[in-house]
Formats: sequence, C-alpha cells, structure tokens
Amino acid sequence: MKSLAIVIFNLAFLLSAALARADLTIEITQGMDNPTAIAVVPFAWEGTGAAPVDMAAVIDADLTRSGQFAPVARTDMLGLPSTEQEVFYRDWRALETEYLLIGRVSTPPGAGIRIDYELFDVLRQSRVFYGYESGPARDARMLAHRVADKIYEHLTGIPGAFATRLVYVSVTRGGQGNKDFYRLTLSDSDGAQPVVLLESREPLLAPTWSPDGKHVAYVSFETGRPAIFRQELVTGKREQLTNFQGLNSGPAWSPDGSTMAMVLSKDGNPEIYLMNLASKQLTRVTNHYSIDTEPAWMPDGKSLLFTSDRGGKPQIYRYDLNTGATTRVTFEGTYNARARVAQDGRNVVLVHQQDGDFHIALLDLVTNRMQILTSTALDESPSIAPNGSMVLYATKAGDRGILAAVSVDGGVKFRLPSRDGDVREPAWSPYLTR
Amino acid sequence: MKHVSVAGKLMALVLSAAFLVACSSSSTKEDEEAARAAAAAAAAAKAAQDAAAASGSATASGTGTATSQEQQRLEQAAAAYGNVFYFAFDSSNLTPEAIASLNAHIAALKNTNSNIRLEGHTDERGTREYNLALGERRANSVRDYMVLNGIASYRIETISYGEERPIAYGSGEANWAQNRRVELVVVK
Repeated sequence: MKSLAIVIFNLAFLLSAALARADLTIEITQGMDNPTAIAVVPFAWEGTGAAPVDMAAVIDADLTRSGQFAPVARTDMLGLPSTEQEVFYRDWRALETEYLLIGRVSTPPGAGIRIDYELFDVLRQSRVFYGYESGPARDARMLAHRVADKIYEHLTGIPGAFATRLVYVSVTRGGQGNKDFYRLTLSDSDGAQPVVLLESREPLLAPTWSPDGKHVAYVSFETGRPAIFRQELVTGKREQLTNFQGLNSGPAWSPDGSTMAMVLSKDGNPEIYLMNLASKQLTRVTNHYSIDTEPAWMPDGKSLLFTSDRGGKPQIYRYDLNTGATTRVTFEGTYNARARVAQDGRNVVLVHQQDGDFHIALLDLVTNRMQILTSTALDESPSIAPNGSMVLYATKAGDRGILAAVSVDGGVKFRLPSRDGDVREPAWSPYLTR
Repeated sequence: MKHVSVAGKLMALVLSAAFLVACSSSSTKEDEEAARAAAAAAAAAKAAQDAAAASGSATASGTGTATSQEQQRLEQAAAAYGNVFYFAFDSSNLTPEAIASLNAHIAALKNTNSNIRLEGHTDERGTREYNLALGERRANSVRDYMVLNGIASYRIETISYGEERPIAYGSGEANWAQNRRVELVVVK
C-alpha cells in the first residue's frame, strides 16, 4: 500500500479571492396554497456610517423562499414603523397582513452590529415576539438570517435553517478541446456572498460538510487521479486524506466528526471503508464484488446507508455497524441511489428512476412509503436542510446545470440558477455555531 | 505448432468473453443480454481468427518480433477502429463492436512496450458517484479483456471520470451514447 501522502496547502489566498462568477439567483416556482401574509418593514438604521445591508429585505426573502409566507410589497405599506408606538394596526389590517415585523439596526460601541426586532399579530393587535441578534459587522447578512430563523420558528414551530451555508461545484465549459474549469464555492443558504474555496482544471465533486460546519471534504482529480481532500474553511488549509489506486470518493463524516466513511476500489472494486481521521486507519465495511458506493450516516452514527447494485440494479442498503448486518432498504423501482438522511433519522432523500427519468424522492423509513418530489428528468445530488424542511438538489434546465429546492412535502419549489456556467453537487451545511 | 497456437488463442478469446459476461455488472441477466453475449463471443472468435490470420506466424508463435512493416499495418488497422469503446446504459459488457476494435488494438500493442491508459466514462443519467464506479467498471472490463489476451497488466492503468468529462454536453440518447465509453490512450 502506498503510504498516505499528507499534503497541506495553505489556500488562504483563495478565501480572499474575488467573488465567484457563478453567482446564484433565486426564482420561486411554487408556494403553498395559503401562505401567511407577513409585512417585513425596512429596519431603521441607527448606527454610524452607511447601513451595511438591507436586513429586512434579507429576512423577507428568506421567509418568502420557504413558500409558507407571502410578503407585503414595500410600495403598498402605508407607514414604515420601527417602534411599537408607530404601529397602526388598521393600516396593516387594510392590507390583509397577518403578521408585522419591524426592527432597528444599531452599532453599539465595540459590539459590531445589533438588530432589534419585534413581531406583531395584526388581528390580535399585540406584540407576540421580540429579540435581538448581534455580531461582527461583516456577519450582517448572517445576523439577518438568524432573525429570519427565529421568526420562522415562532410562526411554524420548526427551527429555521436560513443562517446556514451551502457548498456547491460550478463548472465553466472549456469548449473547443479546452478543459472545463471547476470551482468549489461556499455561499449563504440563499446563494448570496459566494466565495471560491478551490479552482481546478480537473474534476471536483462530492463536497460534504463536517458536523461542526468548520470543514468541507471533497473529491478532486487535481493529482491526475481522484483523491479525497479535507479543507478548513476559516484558514483554507487543506489535507489530502487518500491517494489509493482506483476510486477515492464519497466522503461522509460521522455525526461525531471522528470518522469518515468513503469509497475506495484499491482492493479491486468499490467498497465502503471507514477512516479514523486522527490515526488515518482504515476499516473495511462492505465486501462484495458489486459496486458499493455513496455512504451516508444515520444521525445516531450506528448505521450507514449506501448504494449497491449487488441485486443487479442500484438500490439503497443499510449496514449496521454493531452487528455487521446488511439489509436492503429500497424495493420500489430499478434505480435508487445516493441517499441522504434527515436529522430525524426517518426521512431519507434519494435519486429514484421512474419511466426513464431521474427524480428526487423522499422515503419514510418508518412507513416505507416513497414519494417522488420533483418532476424534472435529470435530478441528482439531493441534500437536506438541517431542519429537515427543504431538499436542495441539482438538475438541468435546457442543457445547463442548475440548483433547485423542494420542500419535503413537495409543496414548495424554487430554483437557484447560476448567472454563468453549470452548478451542481449542492451540500447544505449543518446548523452553524457562532 | 501454428495451429495449436491459433486454437489456443481462440480458446482464450472465447473464454475471456465468457468470463466478462460471468463477472459483469448485472447479475440478473435477461435473455437479450445473454444472446448479445453469445454474439459477442462469436464475434470475438471470428475477430481473433482474422487477427491471427492477418498477423501471421510472428504473432501466432508469440515471438513478439513483427516486422516494422507488419507492425505499421497492425497499427493502421487498430487506428481505423478509433480508440473509443462504447457501452449500453448501466452496463460494462463489451459490445461486439468494442471487441472487434479491441482485438485490433491488442494485435497492434502486443509487439510494443507502450503503456496504456484506459479512461472510463458514463452518461449524465444517474448519480455522479455511482457513475464514477460504473466508469471504473467499464475501464476494468476493457483491461481484463486485454490482459486475458496477452497484454501484461502492468502496462495498463485505469481511471474513471464518471460523468464528469462528457464528449457531448446535450441530453438525449444521441448524446448519451457518445458519452458511455472507455477511451484507450497509448502512453509512450
């Protein structure tokens, strides 16, 4: 066996690099039938200097994108209150507004930026929720996302997942015999503030998050062969974890962060292995002459889902790490692959083929019911939000790769096309600690 | 002597075709695929006969010393087939066309010391990492056939790009068919 080549690069310069050209935009294509009408009034700026970002616009867009809320246009607002004394309920009742969110943004000395917000129930004519978020000025948008998370949780009972991030791969086609240009990009959950983590002329794929949200791992062909790398987001420091003959793919961090499941074909054909990230020691999990790939951890860390064609066609199987038993999970259809599990340990999203087309489907592990969530033909790479509400995936529009999202009940859909090039392989971060 | 050697070669080719069928991806074989495998084996046998007849005693006796003229002809014959072998969806079985092409390449490569790189690819359908594995399986399928037919395994390197390096970017079978392939690259 070749010894592991541990290569550490300092790519901090890339973190400070210019914004990615593959900027994402958002198009909401389908919302809920009876969304809750909420007016998010522009927040009053009480700080020094110019206001950093339009906090209310960020919050409004977050809530609207969830499909569960209908925004009130600013041009329809009869007043722009920023304190409770300035709220006239009859103005908002006239607009059939159910909830009203107001706020103030300030820059307390030595404390960065602070958002104070208040939520009012227009029909009950009362303040129902209030609070504040504060942090460094550079995190202004993230603070706005946190306010959206709190409002979402108060009104739906489910924690919001707006203050999270995405990594995805974007590709600019080389054309005319030139190699394609690959970028690994980090952005806010709404596609804003993209930062390029890595650029390469060789393929990049399978980005995934560490459970603490501080690292990503991915497969890069930059050495001329596929290899798994881990990269720290803050410093840009990279470490090459594998350099084996054959496939090195499918990195998936265990929930406790100590172990990485991966796919290696060094022993002849693709098998699932576990790497202890401290000692780099490998443990082989599967042992079958078929393709075994795409490992995904159950949230309790006690078993793995993976794709195998040991039955003739790709299907999802489950490996119990305690007993070593393998059981088949999917039976419906001839192609089920690349499972990802929600934090509840019950909802699984996967790629399912029906009538020749590839869709994203939701499998309930308790009832074993499979529900197809998408209607486009070439859907892949599903990634589920940490609150389990939305599934981000890659699809094709025309001959361009785009990202799209669908709620786990299939009721809400939006798309995040890139302004330039193909985008693919989205990975939704876990909840991020401050 | 010559007859034995040709017969042995034929046997090896038929066995290798059968072996490839036996150990190929889908264990649930349908009649159609079995029929195609049989056709492939028959085609392989015929191609081997042709190759053996064409390459003459030098190749058949295994001395590995074809004249430069003969070698040039073998290389031209291989080049005429192109260096790309195509596959059916979710399959790594060699088609009769791929086997005919491979036989020509094997005949040309036998008398050289060139190293060979086999690059496996898939179409865009299905998941990226399953396709990485499928691309590897296709490259291995070609490698195994070459090894069984006398190309030393140390000369062959395989790599899979899965669906990451399409020839044709569009969707639809016409594009997909071009992308489900193994490319043979001779590394000097």
